[in-house]
Amino acid sequence: MMGILADGFVLTAEIFVVTLVGALPLGVLVALARMSKFKPLSLVARLYISVLRGTPLMLQLMAIMFGPYYLFGMQLGSDWKFYACAIGFILNYAAYFGEIYRSGIQSIPRGQYEAAAVLGYTRAQTFMKIVLPQVMKRIMPAMGNEIITLVKDTSLAFVLGIMEMFSAAKALAAREVSMIPYAIAALIYWVFCLVIEMILNRVEKRMAYYHD
Amino acid sequence: MAVVTLEHGKKSFGQTMVLKDISLTVNEGDVLAIIGPSGGGKSTLLRCLTLLETLDAGALSYGDIAVAREEAGRAVYGSKDVLRQAKTRFGLVFQNFNLFPHYTVLKNVIDPLVVVEKMPKAEAEARGRELLAKMGLSGKEDMVPCELSGGQQQRVAIARALAMNPSVLYFDEPTSALDPELTREVLRVIRELAAEHMTMVIVTHEMTFARDVADQIIFMDGGSVVERGVASEVIDRPQHERTKAFLTNYQHG
Repeated sequence: MMGILADGFVLTAEIFVVTLVGALPLGVLVALARMSKFKPLSLVARLYISVLRGTPLMLQLMAIMFGPYYLFGMQLGSDWKFYACAIGFILNYAAYFGEIYRSGIQSIPRGQYEAAAVLGYTRAQTFMKIVLPQVMKRIMPAMGNEIITLVKDTSLAFVLGIMEMFSAAKALAAREVSMIPYAIAALIYWVFCLVIEMILNRVEKRMAYYHD
Repeated sequence: MAVVTLEHGKKSFGQTMVLKDISLTVNEGDVLAIIGPSGGGKSTLLRCLTLLETLDAGALSYGDIAVAREEAGRAVYGSKDVLRQAKTRFGLVFQNFNLFPHYTVLKNVIDPLVVVEKMPKAEAEARGRELLAKMGLSGKEDMVPCELSGGQQQRVAIARALAMNPSVLYFDEPTSALDPELTREVLRVIRELAAEHMTMVIVTHEMTFARDVADQIIFMDGGSVVERGVASEVIDRPQHERTKAFLTNYQHG
């Protein structure tokens, strides 16, 4: 039983890592597009954010999974579900991360930009050296929330037939007519989250050397 | 020699004309104080001089650098390169300091030197420590701004501006966010700079200080220069009715 759950956990962890690797940077692009002075781009970003936050992630995963076949008659191999899963999670989380980044960037006082401008920093230098480090500190609590949520959202991959930990627990529970697999899975999710909480706490502590 | 020259500067926000045909010249070693009621255009003038705002019309130059020239009634600004060069000629001290909170005191002062001026780090550090010592902040180098009092923060901001070796230093109400005691320590530093013939333009509500430290005073109201002259003359014997009224209100609190 533990072996099957362990295999499931590996997939769960993979979905988690792949989503972060893809969505953390993509979120920057979403935030920049959303804040763009070029109106059409900003509108597209707003629509993107609105749709991805306004529809269930489960539905989005299924749309990406089956959309290519129903819309275009594309026959995709058995590996497609993993790609569909990664794409769905990344697109969804990039919308949330993008909004967190935006709130962080917009919370930096104008005076910081003005001080940097008068001192001769370029726009890129101002963003990378002055704004971004301060944004990181400000968004940590919100990002922590989102990252913890992601741990548990990985279980939605079960709708695509991916045997991540929740699917594994479900199968085991049915086979053994027992709640134990669910209980163990729950415990593993929780420990996973605990570890992440600890890491987040450390990062927040390291950034606590100043307040503004 | 003129460090900064503004000719017929005009600026509007929407329908409101905030600067109505302002001209001024600041020569090397001059200390110019700008006084006047809030909303009179003092801050906007400073923001235009420091390129945080663009003039609608008029000409602006820093020494031999023509930042903006007037063409067909409009201010035409120079290239990015010209503006970048001009920015090395002035420093600005803000009302609320605007230090970088995530940097130590020393890094606040030297980071622009290293990043913008490409000065070697060791050299920048030596200069930074020297300036902080001059501001009476030795021993605070490794603290972060939030650990300092407002007066200390403002002195760090002055050190940061001085580090870039500007030809003119602007102050935008440098003590308005400070209580009287902290105000005194910041004013003392500015007085010392004046004694060293640092060229400065100071927007302030401290009338006694303005009279003592400035050579010239400009009184601005409603977007215009209402009166200008020798500092002690303008403060002690204002000619214009509006200047008189303003100063009277001031003395009565």
